[in-house]
Amino acid sequence: MEILNLEGTEDTPKIILDQGNGIFEISGRSLPEDTAEFYEPILDWIKGYSQSPNDKTEFVFKLEYFNTASSKLILDVLSALEDIDGTSVLWYFHEDDEDMEEAGEEFSELVEIPFEFKTY
Amino acid sequence: MKYIYDLHKTMLANNLILIYEGEFTQEITKSVLSMAERNMDSMGEESNIKRKVFNVMVECLQNIVKHSDEVDDHDSDQPSAIFMIGKSNTDYIITTGNPIKNENVDKVKGRLDKINGLDKDGLKQLYKEIIKGTEISEKGGAGLGFVDMARKSGNSLDYAFEQMNDKYSFFSLKSTISGQA
Repeated sequence: MEILNLEGTEDTPKIILDQGNGIFEISGRSLPEDTAEFYEPILDWIKGYSQSPNDKTEFVFKLEYFNTASSKLILDVLSALEDIDGTSVLWYFHEDDEDMEEAGEEFSELVEIPFEFKTY
Repeated sequence: MKYIYDLHKTMLANNLILIYEGEFTQEITKSVLSMAERNMDSMGEESNIKRKVFNVMVECLQNIVKHSDEVDDHDSDQPSAIFMIGKSNTDYIITTGNPIKNENVDKVKGRLDKINGLDKDGLKQLYKEIIKGTEISEKGGAGLGFVDMARKSGNSLDYAFEQMNDKYSFFSLKSTISGQA
C-alpha cells in the first residue's frame, strides 16, 4: 500500500497511514468544511489495506478536537477497521480533557475493537 | 456617529467580547475561532473551559454555514446572520441568530425541546443513537450539533423565533458554558 501522509492544518488532522512501518495515526484538529470529502481517501486507504493487512494494526487517535460531523466519519473509520483481524485502537487524550476521554469511551462502546487509553 | 458610542455601551452592558455579523463561511469560521481563542488566552482562561467554548463555537458557526436559510430578498442588504460571544462573571455565553424558513420552525423547535428535556445520560444515549443511525446529510451535517452543544456546555439551549415576514423567522440560540466556580 502506498503511504498516505497528510499534513495537519488548523481545521484538518494530520494523517499517517504507513503499512510498511506499521504507523496508522490521525492527530490534531478535525473540523473540515466537507468532512465526507476529507475522510474519503482515508476510508479508501483502509479498504485497500484490509485486503492484505499486517498481523497487527494499532491505530492511533491523538485528537485535540473534532466537530460532530467528524465524529460520524471517525465512526466510519472505526467500522472499517473492525473487519481487520488484529486491530486495536490507542486513544490519546489530554490529561485534563474529560470530554475527549468520554468520546473515546463512547466510540469503544460502538465498535468491537479493543481500545487502550493514554494521556498526553 | 452616536450609534458607535451606543453600540460600545451595549457591548459593555451585555458583557460582549465579540460580535460578528454578515456572511458565514468556513474561512470566516476559522477567523472568528482564532480571535476568540486568542481572547481567552489573553484572559488566562483554563484549558478545559477553552476547549468547551471552542467546541460550542464550532458547532454554532458550522450550523449557520450549513443551515442558515438564504433570504432571497434582493432589495435587502441585510446581513444573513449574527454570532456573539460574551462573558459574564465566569460564564461564557455564545449566541447566534439567523433566518430560517417558517416551515422549518416547528422541526427545529421540536429538536431543541427534546434535547432540553434530557439529562446527561439521556443526551449520551441520543448522541449514540444519532451517530449510529445517520448518514451525513446533503448539507454535511450529522444531526449531532445541538446535542453536542447541550452536552459540552452542560446547560440547556435557550432559543427564540421571531417572525420576520410570511417566509422567514429569525432563529436565536444561546448556549452558556459555566466557568469553574
